[in-house]
Amino acid sequence: MSKLHHSRIPAYLDVTQSVTGLLLALFIVAHIIFEASILLGPGAMEKMTLFFEGYYLFGERHPIIITILGIIISALFLVHAALAIRKIPSTWHQYRTFRKHMKRFRHDDTTLWMVQVVTGFAMFYLGSVHIYMMMANPSKIGPYLSAQRVVEGWMWPLYLALLFCVVLHAFIGLYRLALKWGWFEGSNYRQSRRIMKRIMRAAILIYIVIGLASLGTYVSIGLDAGQKRIEKAQQ
Amino acid sequence: MNEQSPRKLTINILRYDPHVKGDKPHVDTFEIEEAPGMTLFIVLNDIREHHDASLKFDFVCRAGICGSCGMLINGRPGLACSTLTSKLPDVINLAPLPVFELIGDLSVYNGKWMRGMNERLETWIHQKEKEMRDINRIEEPMDPDLSEEIYELDRCIECGCCVAGCGTLQMNENFVGAVGLNKIARYRLDPRDEREDADYYELIGDEDGVFGCMTLLGCEDVCPKKLPLQSKIAYLRRQMVKIGLTKDIHKCDCLEHDEEY
Ligand code: SF4
Ligand code: SF4
Ligand code: FES
Repeated sequence: MSKLHHSRIPAYLDVTQSVTGLLLALFIVAHIIFEASILLGPGAMEKMTLFFEGYYLFGERHPIIITILGIIISALFLVHAALAIRKIPSTWHQYRTFRKHMKRFRHDDTTLWMVQVVTGFAMFYLGSVHIYMMMANPSKIGPYLSAQRVVEGWMWPLYLALLFCVVLHAFIGLYRLALKWGWFEGSNYRQSRRIMKRIMRAAILIYIVIGLASLGTYVSIGLDAGQKRIEKAQQ
Repeated sequence: MNEQSPRKLTINILRYDPHVKGDKPHVDTFEIEEAPGMTLFIVLNDIREHHDASLKFDFVCRAGICGSCGMLINGRPGLACSTLTSKLPDVINLAPLPVFELIGDLSVYNGKWMRGMNERLETWIHQKEKEMRDINRIEEPMDPDLSEEIYELDRCIECGCCVAGCGTLQMNENFVGAVGLNKIARYRLDPRDEREDADYYELIGDEDGVFGCMTLLGCEDVCPKKLPLQSKIAYLRRQMVKIGLTKDIHKCDCLEHDEEY
């Protein structure tokens, strides 16, 4: 029998991947809701921005808070990505074997994992751009400035793709996290899994709809503002 | 009574014998008339009897007990003897289980894999005291609920379906699979086994063990004995993390594994 290594590192890595994933997923869950304040009108979004800039706490705006938040999120994102990379197929042969297995097997949860790999990869690029912009320009967040960035800064295609990736990745991740550690198993763990899967599907749908509606609102505000500026210039 | 004419089943079988020189993997198709209550066991015997005597496949108990008839049935691992054709579409594709060494056609050497796994995980009761191993000693009574829980996990027939349904195992052939993890959970529960969590950590506390599992749950969904694999893997993961994060594994008071086992 070959002796296995008695290293505690695998346990640390597994826990760290789960904890960073959980924190990021919870962040996303909150972030999309905050973002959706635009659906209640620019005033609501403005208030939300002021809140995050510490205005209600310090009596003045501190966009640096957003930068700090961005740094924390980036750190979590990097650690999570670095750990998750251990699990994804690292050679062409492994990738092909997994794909073959997935196609032959046609098993929901196996396929969901591939969705996580693909969305995770996409977020390397999409997420990094977004986080960097927020960190670099924290004072340019707000109903009108954000809308301008979405439309004139041509960020809407990126946000659109990011929305799908992030929502799928976060909720599939939360579902798998619960199963992985046996949370909410209850007395009938099979039944719990079915319920969790249903919740996951519903949450994905709801969040995509909310996200699309918010993005649409920013686009329309951005277009309006652009139009007004053109009209002003023509006067 | 509405007499329906029986279905014609098209059976596609992936054929290949690695022991025959020059043989190439190919698919043979057979047409079989479906009979009431027909299982794939009956289908395959029919084919061997009436169409092709050279077809290789394994059966022993034909009752879902021995675990020898596992195969890919329309891409999903399952037991041929307990699969009714009435539950399948008109076209049935059969292939050997992946991962395991191929003997020929649908027959694989899962016993060899299982033996390796069992040796690696030392799936037997470990006791320190020699007297405890005295066969004349009267066994301690066990709490009925606990014994039920243990024997629930002991129902594993080592059919290999969970192994074949595991995406992790496809990519990492050293992964112990759900069957291995289930065995550790079984011994972890058994009070007769004196191994500590730190001992188990030695066996499964790495990427080839419980931390390699990606929670794809293929194992859980194909296990023909409906073992609580998902729940037991999560349980082991929690135990192993507890040990990994709290105990100094290098200095643990691990059970000495003497050669007497
Ligand atoms: S755990 Fe289930 S699928 Fe796996 S070998 Fe045992 S009986 Fe077969
Ligand atoms: S849950 Fe783990 S053991 Fe089961 S199929 Fe998935 S990766 Fe394999
Ligand atoms: S023949 Fe024994 S399990 Fe199928």
